[in-house]
Amino acid sequence: MSVRQGLLALLAQEPMYGAQLRSEFEARTGGTWPLNVGQVYTTLARLERDGLVEAVGADEDGRISYRLTRTGRAEVAQWWVSPVDRETTPRDELVIKLALAVTVDGVDVDRVVQTQRTATLRHLQDLTRLKQRATTHLESDEDNGSVDLAWLLVLENLIYAGEAEVRWLDHVEARLIREASRPRRKARAIPTTDGEGTGAAGAPPAAHDTISTTLRGAQ
Amino acid sequence: MNSTAGNDPILRLDNVTRVHGTDSTAVRALAGVSLDVHAGELVAVMGPSGSGKSTLLNLAGGLDAATSGQVLIEGQSIGTLKGDALAKLRRRRVGFVFQDFNLIPSLTAIENVALPLELDGFRVGKARRLARLALELVGVDELADRYPDKMSGGQQQRVAISRALVGDRRLVLADEPTGALDSHTGEGVLRVLRERCDAGAAGLLVTHEARHAAWADRVVFLRDGVVVDSTGSAQTAEALLDPAV
Repeated sequence: MSVRQGLLALLAQEPMYGAQLRSEFEARTGGTWPLNVGQVYTTLARLERDGLVEAVGADEDGRISYRLTRTGRAEVAQWWVSPVDRETTPRDELVIKLALAVTVDGVDVDRVVQTQRTATLRHLQDLTRLKQRATTHLESDEDNGSVDLAWLLVLENLIYAGEAEVRWLDHVEARLIREASRPRRKARAIPTTDGEGTGAAGAPPAAHDTISTTLRGAQ
Repeated sequence: MNSTAGNDPILRLDNVTRVHGTDSTAVRALAGVSLDVHAGELVAVMGPSGSGKSTLLNLAGGLDAATSGQVLIEGQSIGTLKGDALAKLRRRRVGFVFQDFNLIPSLTAIENVALPLELDGFRVGKARRLARLALELVGVDELADRYPDKMSGGQQQRVAISRALVGDRRLVLADEPTGALDSHTGEGVLRVLRERCDAGAAGLLVTHEARHAAWADRVVFLRDGVVVDSTGSAQTAEALLDPAV
């Protein structure tokens, strides 16, 4: 998540000082990605250095507010119309763990899958409770509707991500069962250096090929 | 959310096994499953096709009989009941909600909901009053006089939930109740089910979707007829997963 873009987008609404930016950012994302105030000030200093924001003076408590410059405004406008970069895949510990589990001897992969599925489901239950509360709040509260909506959307994103993870784990389990029942070399075996086996002509890709494809993007 | 923890469960499966076929053709659909569902609780059962989810639900509702072990509904073992007595217990104590709603097309919503009570000997007037109350509780009383083909899928499923919990019925068994609905409507149905359980019903929800199972207080995972884990009981889960035990 780019803190820089987030702060710029908030400043497009009105001038704010550091602590205010931090609390606005957290309120709109439900505190899902907490910022420390030092991070906010460091980012503001860089934005000022790059000519994207400028100080508008201090209030009576000495807090300095910042506003966007013309260049800053253009940068925000550009951000809204640009897609988020999905080319570089962030490193995902679970994907790496499963990829290693199927290639390292002696790992109980079924147990790895089930342990994770239970934990993810438990997390999904927590998120669903939060969502129930957020939905009720959104329906009853008129003052802060857009912030409630933002929080609900963040929660729903986390719920869909959790659901996708469980579906993927179900898929891993089903594929391992299929691979185990195949009358040929086990897919779990570590590929040998003689170049034989896993890439046999006409054979569908083995489980570890699928997972390693995912990992290649996770630099 | 389990408001009556410690009391007797509304539904208890005690070491239930169901074997189909005999001898060499025998298949164990369910093997030694124990599960309690209390008033105020919604329990989800997840598992792939063939894991025993539907068998479990059918046994819980008295639509199928256990090969061994016991199924108790509000303390009464249903294995010993035969014919009419079993049908009566089902009618009075258990409600089903299916993926395809299963409302009778020639009856209005209120007639559908009142039907199990009328079959049970209630006077029409009283059955209708209780049916209207059940419709109100899920927020669809304005649909009382509408026929199923004039209702949306979500509305039909809410009527089906009303029917499942009409009168004294407190146990609702739901088999993929959101399967035929779009995501938003399906969520509305789960919300209603959740609210009815929060108000004191006991719910058993079979689903293969994690997002839906997450509405439950507890999620039980079935594999090959065996409970392999549960989100509600860390101790059991650890015991089950620890090969040393």
